[in-house]
Amino acid sequence: MARTRYASDPGLIARMGATMFLLGLVLTGFVIALFFVFDYYGSRGGGSGLGLAVFAALIGVAVAFGGYYWSDKIALNTARARLVTPEQAPELHGIIDRICALANMPKPRVAISPVAMPNAFATGRSSKVAVICVTEGLLQKLDPKELEGVLAHEMSHVAHKDVAVMTVASLLGIVAALLVRFAFYSELFGGGGRGRGGNNNQNALPVVFIVMLVGIVVYAISFLLIRLLSRYRELSADRSGALLTGQPSALASALVKVTGDMARIPTKDLRQAEPLNAFYFAPALSAKQGQMGLSNLFSTHPSLEKRLAQLDKISKQLGRAES
Amino acid sequence: MGFLDALLGRTKPVPPNLDALFALPSAAITLQAAMDFNPTGTGSVCFRAAEGRAFSDIENDVRELLNMGENKTPVELSEDKYGFTWLVCHHAADDVEGLVTDLHAVNSSLEAGGFGPQLLCTILGFRNAAGRPLGLVYLYKRGTFYPFAPQSGERRDNALELQVRGALGDDLKIEPDLSRWFPVWGAPGL
Repeated sequence: MARTRYASDPGLIARMGATMFLLGLVLTGFVIALFFVFDYYGSRGGGSGLGLAVFAALIGVAVAFGGYYWSDKIALNTARARLVTPEQAPELHGIIDRICALANMPKPRVAISPVAMPNAFATGRSSKVAVICVTEGLLQKLDPKELEGVLAHEMSHVAHKDVAVMTVASLLGIVAALLVRFAFYSELFGGGGRGRGGNNNQNALPVVFIVMLVGIVVYAISFLLIRLLSRYRELSADRSGALLTGQPSALASALVKVTGDMARIPTKDLRQAEPLNAFYFAPALSAKQGQMGLSNLFSTHPSLEKRLAQLDKISKQLGRAES
Repeated sequence: MGFLDALLGRTKPVPPNLDALFALPSAAITLQAAMDFNPTGTGSVCFRAAEGRAFSDIENDVRELLNMGENKTPVELSEDKYGFTWLVCHHAADDVEGLVTDLHAVNSSLEAGGFGPQLLCTILGFRNAAGRPLGLVYLYKRGTFYPFAPQSGERRDNALELQVRGALGDDLKIEPDLSRWFPVWGAPGL
């Protein structure tokens, strides 16, 4: 077997694995905590709390599955994108054709969004129904080499099944958020088990209150973990995309162009684009790139500096004369 | 790609499959007999050049290697509008075996240098008496062939391509998924 130049990044893989493990741990803790709460209060009218939890889980799964199943349609509608045929966009299709042949992947559908902000995203629940969407702004801004880098990055998202992974990862957060909300409303409007028995009035408050507290804590932790996971997925996609085309510098220059442009965009467009952020090539809301601190902890994408540093490293690995 | 690879986001570039190329000479004979398409003696290898010194060193080595061989015609190197590099070899029209050997030398040098995943495709050019061009395209990553018959104005003659598929089915492993028959407009040497 011929040797390979494509070193994988065990550190990145380990960190991603650890993040997923922690998410699983939080999920387990969540279930156990709820179990204890209901077990403790179960004998004293905790039924309404249990009902809430089951209801929140069902709705959460439905929401997440719906988002997963119709991810392509939702994203395309939000971006007001239309699918294009090879005749309508021969250049774009040509680039994607070649990336597919290089990567041995089925060809995704191609869409163009009439947004002036330069960006791209990939979505769809499987590689068979995947869509790659680029904005008009991106097509105007980047030269073919850079465009190829961006498209290779998006194709890596498809190959890594990022829509499915992030759906499963965000499920916990959705359920926890729903539970908090339901508990809050049931308290506010006095629904559920209240008023059925004499003692319930005393007990309903703590059950719902504790469920709410657990939900808030789980939501906060899972939110941070999901964002962390999202940043790792972006780094992975950068890495795979750069290795696929053999041109990490082209991807780096596209990143600089795209993120540099972000700052100068009217706020209205930014707000419209926000729901799509997780699947975008670069986030639309990136106020101060590279600043350490809270904003980094909450962002869906790694800082520009981190992404460029990784691409530099790959470029050096590729260019090493003999290894 | 496995479940774990997707979960951890670690796709590796796909290594090429080189050996199937040697099925080309017998396919050329079949094509000649069945459809009166003759090899033009021109073949090309298409790859995505990686940046950096390592790749350009290998690229130079390949050119020198081919230019020093028995066949003294120089190798042409060109870049298309997608940034892919085409290495075009010319041989006598009846020397398909020599041509395939040269093309294989390009592949194995790239692979030995660790750049196998950069290989995109190889095309062997054919032409019929009326001058219609036809390319047999080999996809390294799939290990399969497909015919490509360009017409003027970026259209392709699908009827002819399907006819070739029928004729060569026994000689070559033809790509079964038609959506993978991607067009290579303006490929040098076609």
